[in-house]
Amino acid sequence: MKINWFKYASPTAFYPVAGRLVPVFGVAALALMLFALYWGFFETPERLGGTNPQKEYYRIIFIHVPAAWMSMWLYLVLAAWSAVGLVFNTRLSFMMANAVAPTGAIFTFLALWTGAFWGRPSWGTYWDWDPRLTSELILFFLYIGFMALHSAIDDNRRADQAAALLAIVGLVMLPIIYWSINCPDPNNCAALHQRSSVTDIESNILTAMLVMTLGFWLYSFAAAFARLRNIILLREQDSAWVRKMVDEAGAGPSSSPPPGAGAADGLDAGGHRASRGVSV
Amino acid sequence: MLNVFWCILQRDLTLALRRRTDVLTTLFFFVIVVSLFPLGVGSERELLRMLGPGVVWVAALLASMLALERLFAADYDDGTLEQLLLAGQPLSLLVLAKILAHWLLTGLPLVVVAPLMAMQYSLEATAIWVMMAALALGTPVLSLLGAIGAALTLGLRGGGILLSLLILPLYIPVLVYGAGAVSVSVIEIADTQPYFALLGAFLLGGLVLAPPAAAAALRISME
Repeated sequence: MKINWFKYASPTAFYPVAGRLVPVFGVAALALMLFALYWGFFETPERLGGTNPQKEYYRIIFIHVPAAWMSMWLYLVLAAWSAVGLVFNTRLSFMMANAVAPTGAIFTFLALWTGAFWGRPSWGTYWDWDPRLTSELILFFLYIGFMALHSAIDDNRRADQAAALLAIVGLVMLPIIYWSINCPDPNNCAALHQRSSVTDIESNILTAMLVMTLGFWLYSFAAAFARLRNIILLREQDSAWVRKMVDEAGAGPSSSPPPGAGAADGLDAGGHRASRGVSV
Repeated sequence: MLNVFWCILQRDLTLALRRRTDVLTTLFFFVIVVSLFPLGVGSERELLRMLGPGVVWVAALLASMLALERLFAADYDDGTLEQLLLAGQPLSLLVLAKILAHWLLTGLPLVVVAPLMAMQYSLEATAIWVMMAALALGTPVLSLLGAIGAALTLGLRGGGILLSLLILPLYIPVLVYGAGAVSVSVIEIADTQPYFALLGAFLLGGLVLAPPAAAAALRISME
């Protein structure tokens, strides 16, 4: 049997699939997040840490750490889709990269914002030029740069490819930037932000944190797919299948197509779709 | 192949020297920005000595970024760039020649006037030498990375502002180690070695990776 690996690489084919997946991921994300919040508030100890424990305010960890993880992961996803788009020249990959970018930027912002509120009680400052904070801030700039470049170019094809190239350059630079601010002085690598310590964390806290991460991840799927559907509609607005769908959805008199147009679309929709499936 | 390289280099240098204002504007921008800081933060010697390396580096970053817009813009407007893309020569090599010309016109002058700027901040002689060496190694990296951004934003409305948004975050490693080398040299000159090794590594990495990336960006922009 021959599998067509690129079947869903066509926006036309993936549009309905994305529509079916959005509620699935959305509901699952909501359930996981609610569970994680419940677990985080009621089933975890009141303090975190040994000799100098953090009190109730440590619970911000359940938003902060998952958001920070997702912010980094989503940049990887963004760059991966960009690379796939540049290599295979598939339009849907670029659209996916675009759909992921705002979610990634939001998680980056959320990580910085919650970090500031956590930093105030525990370090006594909202902001410090600590390596992790600084690299998260730069990650935020990279997301903004990606979106700004894309929206500055009117031609979709050029915008897609240019932003994709930028994402890949950013991906190459990201470890260098991280490591350069992590250890600007080779003799002295002190940092305010603690090292990650997933292994020796209390198990209930860890459970809530990991479940929340999973919830955030599923939420990212739902948000990206919902955004992807909008992008597909926007870009394919002149194609026959979108017009047909719009006509069917808005069958009322207000949005009826000009006489004759509907019938012609109906006729060539099938052929159009088939040709589109090939030339993704 | 090398012929083309020299040809482009010579052409760009000749063009720029016929219109010297462009080169001088960048240089004076650098001088003015550096001179503004003592007026803003106060002129105590200790404070300036501490701020000096960072201020000079940030000013160099901004000056080299401002000049980036001109890297491809003129050739784009008069169609030369299209001819370069069509020429049967490796585009990365042509881009490298343009980057080198750009650095000779904007980066090198900064290296030369940097001692003057450092004196305004009452840095010692050794620190000044370190600063010059760090700038000589670091500013080519700025031109190399910047070329990618310049190629991506070619011919866009408000390209200059956008360029700064794309490129400045990528300049951070050069800034950190460039300014770090000078700061460390004030304490112990022998400690600057790792900084120079890393700046050199950035330069070599940039020389290999940036021209193909910029060439790819040009092809996307000119499609």
